[in-house]
Amino acid sequence: MLRARDLCRQYGRDDSLVRAVDHVDLDVAAGETLAVMGPSGCGKSTLLHLLGGLDRASAGELWVAGQRIDQMSERGLAAIRRSGVGFVFQAFHLMDELTAVENIELPLLLAARPARTARRRAVQLLDQIGLADRARHLPSQLSGGQQQRVAIARALANEPLIVLADEPTGNLDSEATLEVLRLFERLHDAGQTLVVVTHDARIAATADRLISMRDGAFIDETRLTGGTTGSLGALAGLEG
Amino acid sequence: MSKLLLVGRLALRGLRGRPAQAALLLLAITAASATLTMALVLHGVTSHPYARTRAATNGPDIVALLGQGGVTVGPGPKGRPPKGGSAGGPHGPQGSVAQIEAQATGLIHAHGVTAHSGPFEEAGAVLKVRGLAVSIQVEGRGQARAGVDQPKLTAGSWVRPGGIVLERAFGGALGVSVGDRITLDGRPFTVAGLAVTAAETPYPNLCFTGGCNTGIPGDQQLEGHGAGLGWVTQPDVRVLAAADGPESAAYVLNLKLSDPASAPAFIRAYYRGHPQGGPVNLLSWQSIATGDALLVTDEQQVLTPGAWLLGLLAMASVAVLVAGRMSERTRRVGLLKAVGGTPGLVAIALLAENLILAVAAAVAGLVIGRLAAPLIASPGAGLVGTPGAPSLTLSIAGQVIAVSLIVALAATLVPAIRAARTSTVGALADAARPPRRRATLIKLAARLPVPLLFGLRLVARRPRRAVLGAASIAVTVTGLVAVVAFHDLAGQKRLGAAAGLGDPIASRDEQMLLVLTVALVTLAALNAIVTAWATVLDARHSTALARALGASPRQVSAGLATAQVIPALPGAIVGVPLGIGLFAAASGAGHVVVPPAWWLAGIVLATLVVVAGLTSIPARIGTRSPVAAVLGQEA
Repeated sequence: MLRARDLCRQYGRDDSLVRAVDHVDLDVAAGETLAVMGPSGCGKSTLLHLLGGLDRASAGELWVAGQRIDQMSERGLAAIRRSGVGFVFQAFHLMDELTAVENIELPLLLAARPARTARRRAVQLLDQIGLADRARHLPSQLSGGQQQRVAIARALANEPLIVLADEPTGNLDSEATLEVLRLFERLHDAGQTLVVVTHDARIAATADRLISMRDGAFIDETRLTGGTTGSLGALAGLEG
Repeated sequence: MSKLLLVGRLALRGLRGRPAQAALLLLAITAASATLTMALVLHGVTSHPYARTRAATNGPDIVALLGQGGVTVGPGPKGRPPKGGSAGGPHGPQGSVAQIEAQATGLIHAHGVTAHSGPFEEAGAVLKVRGLAVSIQVEGRGQARAGVDQPKLTAGSWVRPGGIVLERAFGGALGVSVGDRITLDGRPFTVAGLAVTAAETPYPNLCFTGGCNTGIPGDQQLEGHGAGLGWVTQPDVRVLAAADGPESAAYVLNLKLSDPASAPAFIRAYYRGHPQGGPVNLLSWQSIATGDALLVTDEQQVLTPGAWLLGLLAMASVAVLVAGRMSERTRRVGLLKAVGGTPGLVAIALLAENLILAVAAAVAGLVIGRLAAPLIASPGAGLVGTPGAPSLTLSIAGQVIAVSLIVALAATLVPAIRAARTSTVGALADAARPPRRRATLIKLAARLPVPLLFGLRLVARRPRRAVLGAASIAVTVTGLVAVVAFHDLAGQKRLGAAAGLGDPIASRDEQMLLVLTVALVTLAALNAIVTAWATVLDARHSTALARALGASPRQVSAGLATAQVIPALPGAIVGVPLGIGLFAAASGAGHVVVPPAWWLAGIVLATLVVVAGLTSIPARIGTRSPVAAVLGQEA
C-alpha cells in the first residue's frame, strides 16, 4: 500500500543542515496498522507529511497504492490527498466556523460529490463515531476528544486507502484518548491501513508493527501481536 | 509627557517594523491629499492673467452690445435666435440705427463714464479653413489704436484690408497662424495677426457672458461648442454685415468708468432708468472675468469630486491595511498589556502610528499639490501673462490635514479599539480573530463548484473586509463611469460640431480626468492586492487545511480570487448609477448622461477581470507555502 525507498528530507545547508528524514526505507501493507515512535524532533511528523504528500522529499522514492508520488505535481498530490490519504492532526485542525457535520462533509465537497450525498455521508460518519447529536455543534462547542473524533470522521469521508495520524491523542486527556483508541480499533478491524505517529507507548502498543525513529532514521522495528488480537484499549492499559 | 513620549516611540517603532505597509499607507493618503490640495489652491488663479490682459489692452469696464436684431442674448454658451429674428434682449426689440446711435450717445454721456471706444460694427460669419466650418463674430476696427479695448497683438500685425486678426485661443483651436488663408462667408481673408482681449470671453466661451453675434442660427450651434472672435477693417465688416441684411446690424461700445468696481451697479442703474428699451446687453468686466475663469473652474469641478473619490479609496486602503497590520500585531498588543499597558494606551499607540502617517501624507500631498497646481492653472491662450502662484493658505493646509486625519482615524479607530479589548492571554498566544459564521452562505456554498465554495466561505468569514472591498470597487467604478460619461458627452459635442475644432476646456478636463483615472485605478488596484493579501494571510490556515484535504493549489488560489470578485460584483454594479449621478452633480448643469450600455457593461466586466487577475497574484503566492509548514505553525 505504501512504499518508501531511501527517503530523505533535509532543511538548510552546510553547517545548518538538518536531516529530518534520513534515508528511510518503509513498506506498509494494506490493512496494516503501523506506529512510529520517537522523541520530539526525531522526524516522525515530517515522515508522515512526506508519506501523505503534504511535504516534498529532498531525495528518495515514494509510492502510494502503486503510484509514485515523489515526483508528482502539486495537482497530482492534491488528488492523492483527496482520495488516497486521510489525515488526522494532533491539533485537530477543524474549521472554526463550520459545524461538525460541515467539517466532515468538506473533503467530499472538495472531491466534487453532490452536496446532498456529502451531507448524507457526513451524517452517517457522525453516527458511526457516536456524535450524531453533535452534528450542528461548532468545534468550540465540542470537547477535545469529540473534536478529534470529528477530525477522524473527516479523514475517513472519502474512504481513503491510508489514514495518517499525527499524534492523534497528543492533545487529549485519558478519557478522550480512550475514545479515539476505540475508534482506531474499529478502523483496524475494518481493514483500514493506518500509520500513527506517536510518542505515547500505549498508543504504539495497539499497532501491528512499531518503528522507532531517532535523528530522522529508523533505529528499530518490532512486530506486535496486540494490534490484531484482543482489545486495543486493554492492551494500552486504558480500561479499568 | 512621559506617556506621550512612550506613545510616540511605540508608534515610530511600529512603523519602522513594517516599512512596506507604512509606505503603502503613505501613498494612498498622499494621493488623496495632493488632489484635494490642487482643487483648493486653484481658486482664483486666473484673476492675475485677466488683470494683466485688461491692463495691456486697456480693457473696458462695460461692454454694450447695441443692435437691431440677430444679437445673441441670455446667459450661457447658447445659440442665438435665427437671423432676422427679433432681438430678444432683456429690454425687447430695438429700433432703428438712429435709435442705436441715441443709445450709444446716452451711454457715452452717462454718469460715471470717463472714456469709450466704438461703437464698432459687428457681423456674424462662417469661417472656413482646411475643411473646417466655424461660426465667428467679427468686429470692424480702424487702423488707429482704440482708446479702450485695443486688443493686444501676440503675433503678426493689426487689421488691414482683407486681413483678419483672430483671438488667440480661437486661432490656436483652428490651428492657423499668421499668413494663413481663410474665408468668411466665402470671401477670402488672410490671417494678419493673433491677439487677446479683455472685452470678450475667449474661445470657446465667447457667448458665455450673453453677447455674441455669430451669424449662425441657434438651432445649428451646439451647446457648449463656442464661436470665435476676430477683428477686420470697418469696410470689410460692413461688407459682411451687408450680406446679413440691414436688420442684423449690431455694434459694440466699450466704456470706461470712473469706478471700475461699480460696473454691475452701473448696469442695474442703467436698466432701471430705461425700462422701455436700451442696449441689447450690457456686460461688466467682472462677468467677462468669470467667463475667463471657466477653464480653471471646470478643472475644479473635475478635481473636487476626484479628490473625494480618492479620499474614499484611501480610506478603504487604510482600513484594509490597518486591519491586516492589527491581525499581525496581536502578539505585540499582548506584550504591551502584559507589561502594564492599559487598553487606552494600546489603542492610542496603534492610532498614533496611522495618524503620524496621515500627517506626513498630508504634508507630502500639500507639497505635491502646491507644486503641481501651476501646471494645471495655465489660463489658456485667451489671456496674457502667467497665473498668479496658487495660494496655499493656512486654511487650505488645515483642510487637507484634517481630511487626511479623518481618513486615517475613520479607518483605524475600530481595529485599534478591538485590539485594545483583546484578552492579554489570547493576544500573547497570537490567536487569530475567530471568523464569522454565516450559516446560509456556508450551506449555499456547499452546492457550488470548489472555487466558488471557497470564495463564498471566505467572504462569509470576514464580511467587513468584503464590504470594504465592495466599497473600494464601487468608488473606482463611480469614477470610471463619470469619466466615461464625460467622454460620451464630449464625443457627442464633437460629432455634432462636425467642425473638428479643438476645445481647450474639454482638452484640459480630459487631461485632469486621465490623471485622476490613473490615480483612482492605481489606488483601487493597490486596494485589491492588499485586500487579497490580507485574505490570504487570514485564511492561510483554512486554505492549508483544504489542501491537506485534497484541494488543489489552483482551486485554492481560484477560491481566494473569487473571494475578492464576489464583493467586487455588487460594488461594480452600484458604481454605475453612482458614477452617472456624480457626473450629473459635478457637471454643474445637472446633465444626466447615460453612456452606452455596452460601455457600462464593459467597465463592470473589465473591473471584475482586473480584480480577479490582480488578486490571483497574492493568491498564488499564498498557496506556495508548504501545507505542513502552515499547519505546523498553527498547531
